Amino acid sequence: MFTSPNLNYALLAPILIVLAGALLGVGVEAFARKELRAPLQLGIALLSVAAAFLQLMRVRDQRSITAAIDSFSFDGATVFMQAAILVLSFFAILLISDGGNFTAQASAIPGSEDEHSSIAEGKSQTEVFPLTLFAISGMMLFPAATDLITLFVALEVLSLPLYLMAGLSRRRRLLSQEAALKYFLLGAYSSAFFLFGGAFLYGYSGSLSLNSIAIAISSNTGNDIFLLLGIVFLMVGLLFKIGAVPFHAWTPDVYQGAPTPITGFMAACTKIAAIGAMLRIFYVALAGDQVQWRPIVTVISIVTMLVGAIAAMSQRDVKRTLAFSSIAHAGFLLTGIVALNQSGLKASLFYLVAYGFATIGAFAVVTLVRDSAGEVTDINRWVGLGKKSPLIAGSFCLFLLSFGGIPLTSGFIAKFSIFTAAYESGNTSVVVFGVLTSAIALFFYLRVIVMLFFTEPKSDAVTVSVPSVKVSFVVAASVIVTILLGVYPSLLLNSAQTFATFLR
Amino acid sequence: MDISNYIYLSAILFTIGAIGVVVRRNAIVVFMCVELMLNAANLAFVTFSRINGNLDGQIASFFTMVVAACEVVVGLAIIVTMYRSRRSASVDDASLLKR
Repeated sequence: MFTSPNLNYALLAPILIVLAGALLGVGVEAFARKELRAPLQLGIALLSVAAAFLQLMRVRDQRSITAAIDSFSFDGATVFMQAAILVLSFFAILLISDGGNFTAQASAIPGSEDEHSSIAEGKSQTEVFPLTLFAISGMMLFPAATDLITLFVALEVLSLPLYLMAGLSRRRRLLSQEAALKYFLLGAYSSAFFLFGGAFLYGYSGSLSLNSIAIAISSNTGNDIFLLLGIVFLMVGLLFKIGAVPFHAWTPDVYQGAPTPITGFMAACTKIAAIGAMLRIFYVALAGDQVQWRPIVTVISIVTMLVGAIAAMSQRDVKRTLAFSSIAHAGFLLTGIVALNQSGLKASLFYLVAYGFATIGAFAVVTLVRDSAGEVTDINRWVGLGKKSPLIAGSFCLFLLSFGGIPLTSGFIAKFSIFTAAYESGNTSVVVFGVLTSAIALFFYLRVIVMLFFTEPKSDAVTVSVPSVKVSFVVAASVIVTILLGVYPSLLLNSAQTFATFLR
Repeated sequence: MDISNYIYLSAILFTIGAIGVVVRRNAIVVFMCVELMLNAANLAFVTFSRINGNLDGQIASFFTMVVAACEVVVGLAIIVTMYRSRRSASVDDASLLKR
């Protein structure tokens, strides 16, 4: 006997709206006239993200674990993370649409006659918008999914478009394609680990759902070897996505090679989705087996912070530097998972938002610093930028200070609350290393600030292009959020407190 | 035959795939190794489904197949573009980003 599944469309609507926008975008790409495509795609992308956000706000107080049988949990943490992803991707879409970052024809061979003619004829493809929307829908589903298959499908739905988007850069196309290849091969490798881990958790518990796995762990019925194998393999897949050591090798290459707006999108939103899913898996499904995984995650967290902070110092490329800074932040975020208490969840949610806004703002600034050949990411050529354009360099410094965790920026509150949570749960070691690493990282951030403001500019022509309305909006909004959350953290901390729940 | 042998087989296939990814140099072969790993996971799912006496694992393997097919589409697109611009599918040649 089949009973028809009971779907609660109101709660699933935010994801469905974004997916519908993506499908519409595919249609536009195929049928609309060349000159209409770009504005249409941008409109569809922004509208669907905004509509999804409004719908999410409309149903934000409803709670259900049966919205899609038992594969999708609509709880506080889901609402909070989906909202954060939607707002940040709205910013990212604005950056993506801001001209000239994407190749006219991804299939043309770099430097070939074909490419020249397609540029000369003014051909342009705008497939990046539907791809972005598909990725967003996967990111929204990933932290909300409560069974292993939905998790796996969401992981792939968010990753596959990103692999392609990493290869779409207009300039330095060989680097961009190489980034796409590396991201794809390593991403596919890690998702195979994720799936294999899932198979063993299924073997252990006899069920794919996170709740049943938790029940199986607490009743201690299954084969413990399967459980351990399952946890370890699942963890490899997840740690890869957030870029934790020792699975971080792809991060600097992909961040450097991908078009800068995509890097910003990837850095901010993928991190939210992957940390969100990791939090749910460890808090809901595996909390009963913490004696086994907590030491592992603690060590990985410490090593990740250290490697990120120390390696960032020796980088000469701004995007690689930001990549290593994002690796260090993955380490800080893992302390929220080690904490394993309600304040850990609250702090992680706050941290993700604070980090997301500073990141997208920082990459928005990177798109502005140019010479005649395109973006300049060599840090030695940024010297003295503060004298040429104090406003842009100043906001970049603000984001760096927030990454470093200086008081009166959002980063300080985020770090403070996540370390407090870890300390409350008795994990002093991770807190000690966290604070020490913050100090190391701060040294490096301050060095960049000194370079920007207190060093005479060299003669070579690096200019800050006049930001368009869209980019100015993104930078300004990120600056405001970064300061506001540093000065009045209760604005967001209170709602993080209210929404920091996982339904079981 | 003891059903747990299928689990061993799946673990062996997974290991072959995982080592292959690390050792092989041609992007297509690396990708085939990843597919082998996915299929090893599928075999594990189906075997556990038999052991546990429910159908969840078999459903899971269908989803894996569909996802693997999507991955092939995206992956081959990336590898072919790479090959056309460099005349080589070796992952060792893709080293411009290393410093």
